[in-house]
Amino acid sequence: MSNPTGGGGLGPAVRLAELRVARGGRDVLRGISVEIPRGIVTGLLGPSGCGKSTLIRAVAGIQANVRGTCEVLDRPAGSPKLRRRIGYVSQQAAVYQDLTVRENLAYFAKVIAATKSDVARVLDEVDLVAEADEQVRSLSGGQLNRVSLAAALLGRPELLLLDEPTVGLDPVLRRDLWDLFHRLASGGAALLVSSHVMDEATRCDRLLLMRDGVLLADDTPSGLIARTGSQTVEDAFLALVEATDRPGART
Amino acid sequence: MNPALLVATSARVLLQLRHDPRTIALLVVVPSGILALLAWMFSNTPAVFDHWGALLLGIFPLIVMFLVASVATLRERSGGTLERLLALPLGKADFLLGYGLAFGLAATIQAGIVSGLAFAVLGLDVSGPVWAVVLVTVLVAVLGATLGLFVSAFARTEFQAVQFMPAVIIPQLLLCGLVFPRALMPRALQLVSDVLPLSYAVDAIKRLTLEAGVDRMYWTDLLVVAGFVVGGLLLGSATLRRRTP
Repeated sequence: MSNPTGGGGLGPAVRLAELRVARGGRDVLRGISVEIPRGIVTGLLGPSGCGKSTLIRAVAGIQANVRGTCEVLDRPAGSPKLRRRIGYVSQQAAVYQDLTVRENLAYFAKVIAATKSDVARVLDEVDLVAEADEQVRSLSGGQLNRVSLAAALLGRPELLLLDEPTVGLDPVLRRDLWDLFHRLASGGAALLVSSHVMDEATRCDRLLLMRDGVLLADDTPSGLIARTGSQTVEDAFLALVEATDRPGART
Repeated sequence: MNPALLVATSARVLLQLRHDPRTIALLVVVPSGILALLAWMFSNTPAVFDHWGALLLGIFPLIVMFLVASVATLRERSGGTLERLLALPLGKADFLLGYGLAFGLAATIQAGIVSGLAFAVLGLDVSGPVWAVVLVTVLVAVLGATLGLFVSAFARTEFQAVQFMPAVIIPQLLLCGLVFPRALMPRALQLVSDVLPLSYAVDAIKRLTLEAGVDRMYWTDLLVVAGFVVGGLLLGSATLRRRTP
């Protein structure tokens, strides 16, 4: 395995061991063990409903019924001291529709004690300077997602948990956002970015492939393709699924 | 609790309200219009208007603030912003009291304008001091907001939230002595009436319509209503969960 690790000698940002989460009477995460390093972008890929969001919510410390180890920035997930150090963006754009972009960010900045100049910085980073004084309800879906992302960037969190942040964005914007993610990672932050679109996989430094509550693979995109003898990450995913589904096989 | 975050949350709620001028207009125009209608209805019997006008002034904010608060917090819950806030360093008390303060301020402005109209223009007259009526009104408004915050936890949709209004408010209106003296109700209902906050607010206003000063009974009634506000906030904070299934 050739997992790149970054972050100048610090331990991993997230350490999960035998993580299980029960929802509605059954385990939607069935024993996940993985470390998420600092300084790189880790992609979390898998089909809808495989448990990506639940995994992210567990790391964010807002998921109930979590068993196993879930350590974030050397503390148990959900510790009050972590709240200022993690940026979490849910799939739903969790911002106030009846406020302007700037008013939204100003409020969230106050909550985490970030400065006013930080609001200007994140507006620039998500390319919403021109829309700053528009009411959020008048924005397009892609702009809405970027407001939510901007709120998570406030205060320069050490760990960014982004649940499908590029859904509904045009290719240019998507490229710009991935560039931003890599800039943040090279600044030392750890990023965990989920997607159900396999073609985003090549933009990640490292991939976690997930299916039905378990991890199928933890590798670099090129390592994964080489290991499975496939042409694309999508083919690699299929090859891994077929290998797991074969009778008697285990991951 | 962090006072700066409480005030920031309040300011944010008020800012949202300010972006919705039609709601602000409705908050002032509707109770004013209804009081004017009442004044017209009873124009031949001013004493009847004095009684009903003062009571309506006092209980109207309960209904309005209940609805506004339950819909506003339901939006926070369903829109994901509550989840986001609880993942950030915001205390539950900052959130709840922030809302309480914002709605309290909105209610004070509403009560100020509507009672100004009632007393100065419509000729409403009470024996007790006007400020005492306004104070009950504001407290009742905050009570409505806390009850709305609490029940929004049990509603999944805005349709359901609106249904909670008759469920929570109408029994109080029936049993508080507004339509029928409490002393003449069956004993069991009197006991129920004793544990409903609106009964105390209505008692206080009824006495203000008849007696010149404020006595200890007034402050006791207000204290009981304030107790229900605190209880409602505590129940409300129990419904705010940082971790959700």
